[in-house]
Amino acid sequence: MSAPAQDAPVLTAHRAGLVGCRSCGRAWPEAETTCRRCGSALVPPDRRCLNAVWAWLAAGFIFYIPANLFPMLKTSTFGGLRGNSESTILGGVVELMHYGNYGIAAVIFAASVMVPVGKFVAIAWLALVAGRPATVRAAHKRLALYEVVEFIGRWSMIDVFVVAILSALVQLGFVASIHPGPAAVSFALSVAFTMLSAQSFDPRLIWRGLPLRSRKDHE
Amino acid sequence: MQTEGEYDLSTGAGLTACPRCDALHVERELEPGETARCLRCNTLLASPRAGAFTRIIALSFASLVLMVGAVFFPFLEISRMGFGNQTSLFGVALAFSHGALMPLTVAVLGMIVGLPVLRALLLVYTLLPLARKRRPFAHAVPAFRLSEALRPWSMAEIFVIGTAIALVKVGGLANISFGPAFWAFCGLILVNAASNAFTSAATIWDAIEDAGMATDGREIVPEPRA
Repeated sequence: MSAPAQDAPVLTAHRAGLVGCRSCGRAWPEAETTCRRCGSALVPPDRRCLNAVWAWLAAGFIFYIPANLFPMLKTSTFGGLRGNSESTILGGVVELMHYGNYGIAAVIFAASVMVPVGKFVAIAWLALVAGRPATVRAAHKRLALYEVVEFIGRWSMIDVFVVAILSALVQLGFVASIHPGPAAVSFALSVAFTMLSAQSFDPRLIWRGLPLRSRKDHE
Repeated sequence: MQTEGEYDLSTGAGLTACPRCDALHVERELEPGETARCLRCNTLLASPRAGAFTRIIALSFASLVLMVGAVFFPFLEISRMGFGNQTSLFGVALAFSHGALMPLTVAVLGMIVGLPVLRALLLVYTLLPLARKRRPFAHAVPAFRLSEALRPWSMAEIFVIGTAIALVKVGGLANISFGPAFWAFCGLILVNAASNAFTSAATIWDAIEDAGMATDGREIVPEPRA
């Protein structure tokens, strides 16, 4: 937007004694608690939000454990004559590799193991280093990481949908039938809690404590 | 009332704070087609597009029509050795309706049908008067705030990719054919993506404010253009 001079330093709302609305962007005096334009709560960019981040993250992690231990899918073929199988997330990946579907196995492994674990690590790291002094370059990297976590979080729900579609579709009576296992619920809860954890993180914390040098210093 | 380019550091009038990095910017009315990005972290702040409100309304109605088709037509069909099965979108959600998995049915239905419909309705409610340059309806502010808060939980596009993965998994086991609902759902994804591309939250907040809602005397009135 309009700038006084190209090399003037950036001022943050916090330094100016103001608080910015994270929903609509309007700046208000620090004493205000509700944005009078969009009605959302005004929260100063401090470490208070980290409590919620850690709480949701812990909840997400706790539910991720049964999601891996219990079966995701229960399959029975030929009325159980060819065997009933119960597959967990990792078991399903191994089974797919056994049949030679390496591509799908890689997709499932990435979506239901690498992404959730990566998200736990990324959010925990962001919360740990939040508010500590960083270089401008590091802040840009952290913000990029946060945006990746925020974007990718919802996509983990894909596993739950796959289970739902398979169990609704594959109901061929005697020939084959698939039923969902208890892991589907705990996986869905784990994904939802991790999304809430990422949403509670205030990205403005990444930038706290940075020296307010020239606006061009990110280039 | 506020004139353009003027700001007050003690009250925050005429200033915008970046939601990602808290950098202050002096507010300015943007021309359609212009894009405002944060000076520090490069986050998109606003990107008004000409006729965006009318287009979002049209796309929201289109998504409602497609959703009706997606819910009531058959979704997928499977057959093997004379045994066949057909499922609709409701069938997919009801897959979890046994015992302890019951709450997941509600959640899945909400994420793939309920929230997309609710968001389309809320957007129409908020934007219909704005597109016709009238005063916003009562409660337009909480309506739009709710619509924005629900955005990450509306997962229709994830569901379609999930369908693709499920199909590959059963592909070897049986023959599968797509019903009309599947194609309606694919169309829905494109419509929603287009609608999201036109939605600039900051622009809509400005428009709600300019149209007479939440008058705190701080809205910027653009100078009449020659």
